[in-house]
Amino acid sequence: MSRVLVGVKRVIDYAVKIRVKPDQSGVVTDGVKHSMNPFCEIAVEEAVKLKEKKFIKEVVAVSCGPSQVTETIRTALAMGCDRGIHVEVSGKDYEAMGPLQISKIFAALAKKEEASLVILGKQAIDDDCNQTGQMTAALLDWPQGTFASEVTIDGETVKVVREIDGGLETIKISMPAVLTADLRLNTPRYATLPNIMKAKKKKIANMKPADLGVDMVSRVEVLRVDEPPTRLAGVKVETVDDLVAKLKANGTI
Amino acid sequence: MSAEQAAALGVSYPPLQTYSEEEGMMRDAVNKFAQERLAPFVSKMDENSLMDPEVIKSLFEQGLMGIEIDPEYGGTGSTFFSSILVIEELAKVDASVAVLCDIQNTLINTLFTKLGTAAQKERYLSRLSTDMVGSFCLSEAESGSDAFSLKTRADKHGDYYVINGSKMWISNAEQAGVFLVMANVDPSAGHRGISCFIVDRDTEGLQIGKKENKLGLRASSTCPLNLDNIKVPEKNVLGQIGHGYKYAIGMLNEGRIGIAAQMLGLAQGCFDQAVPYTRQRVQFGKRIFDFQAMQHQIAHVATQIEAARLLTYNAARLKEAGRPFIKEACMAKYFTSEVATLTTSKCIEWMGGVGFTKDYPVEKYYRDCKIGTIYEGTTNIQLSTMAKFIDKEYDH
Repeated sequence: MSRVLVGVKRVIDYAVKIRVKPDQSGVVTDGVKHSMNPFCEIAVEEAVKLKEKKFIKEVVAVSCGPSQVTETIRTALAMGCDRGIHVEVSGKDYEAMGPLQISKIFAALAKKEEASLVILGKQAIDDDCNQTGQMTAALLDWPQGTFASEVTIDGETVKVVREIDGGLETIKISMPAVLTADLRLNTPRYATLPNIMKAKKKKIANMKPADLGVDMVSRVEVLRVDEPPTRLAGVKVETVDDLVAKLKANGTI
Repeated sequence: MSAEQAAALGVSYPPLQTYSEEEGMMRDAVNKFAQERLAPFVSKMDENSLMDPEVIKSLFEQGLMGIEIDPEYGGTGSTFFSSILVIEELAKVDASVAVLCDIQNTLINTLFTKLGTAAQKERYLSRLSTDMVGSFCLSEAESGSDAFSLKTRADKHGDYYVINGSKMWISNAEQAGVFLVMANVDPSAGHRGISCFIVDRDTEGLQIGKKENKLGLRASSTCPLNLDNIKVPEKNVLGQIGHGYKYAIGMLNEGRIGIAAQMLGLAQGCFDQAVPYTRQRVQFGKRIFDFQAMQHQIAHVATQIEAARLLTYNAARLKEAGRPFIKEACMAKYFTSEVATLTTSKCIEWMGGVGFTKDYPVEKYYRDCKIGTIYEGTTNIQLSTMAKFIDKEYDH
């Protein structure tokens, strides 16, 4: 019986209209609604399901960031995780935080907590990096099952059906391993009110990256953030020939 | 900022719209659940005048039917204010679902929790929090506002009562597994004979009549009840004989705040549907939202909703604080039901022709709101009650 680490990221809610800051240094986050990254919700759901099926014993939800991320950890607890870990990162470190730093933190925690599985969302909807899972596996030298749309545990191995460009790929990897959740892996449960109440009693441990021997220095500097170009009006054509002519005229073909 | 954060910062009087972390999480969870899982059912339930059993099942699964019930009985173990927030969020999506949840939490569960014997709580609370809906039966054909002139009789025969009479306008009746029936054991004593009886659905002689074909709140079943020589054992008396009047008044004072929350959610939900339309619809070269007349109307309605919200939340907080709250509860129910009427009417106008069609959701809010000024104490009753309090305030 084993322990699973699940990463949960606090991101701007998917329904919010994103605005770029006037100084183009980033997007506006003040006063904007935040929630758990949708792919992280799917990761939590999978971990809780594995626990309900008795493949694993304990699910630990982990988030890195300032004090607000404890809300996200609480939501994970309300969905069924057993305890949480809040790795405190704030200010400039938080703004510069990226997959490299996060994966170092998760690798350190995976060893410290003797986890059999690390389950993450495939990517976050704010930066769309799709790197943390892969980097974590590499740092740990563990096998990885990314873009998982189906996960089956069989003894000490995991069968993962992956969504790839050509369709589906099924692989078998040995534990301990890193998995990343894709959209169709499951449908996350709603936190029921009784579980929200129970979550209040669950523990969230606090620590700093330094406690895990991780340096947060970023090798990446954001120079500028721009809005996507405004979409121009389209043009209607009458026939296929007209379409081909227009596409040739503006150099598309 | 949550209530805990405000306290930590030494903010002594945070704004009314400050919630504890628990309340905030619950509100967000129910908001998400209602918008994603309930919304697809709403239109069909309204058209067929039928609450989908799937919907009721999911309300129980989410723990919304036993919000204040102790976890010992399978409930959530949360507070009255949490119930208010839950009802508000549900009503933004469907007022019928909200009223089912409101009656269960603020009337049925509260009566059992406050008045139940250990055996009654054991038998009913765990079912009320997990799978059984309850109904509160007070009104009759000849006694609505004049509730306590009810004619249903309960005659004592040794260790059981025989109940005869009929009830009307009973919400949840189609789905209820238990009915709290108010009957008079001694008509010569007037309202002091009124008592509360626990009647299980399968009791012989209990007939649930055909549900009303209503203008609004159509998915909420509203039925007449016939009680024909119903035998109810003495152990099914809830509380004390002759105290039913007091219990009903007490519960209705609290239930009033629940209805205020329902009307508040209804108004907000309707407003949230209409305003985006005004920002998209272009006439005379600009968004209809940009016309001054529209802006003034929209701002006025938004102000009314904000005031309604503050009245409702404050009444709820007063009750939780154990302070007098009856006048404020009346004000909340009266005001929010009027605001719901104003809001829904205006929203249809703002949406023009499409607002008048069933393809868009606002006409349903308009139909649903009308009952707000009528049930659980008509507007006139609320105003008269408030006047009594005001009169006393000036006694020297």
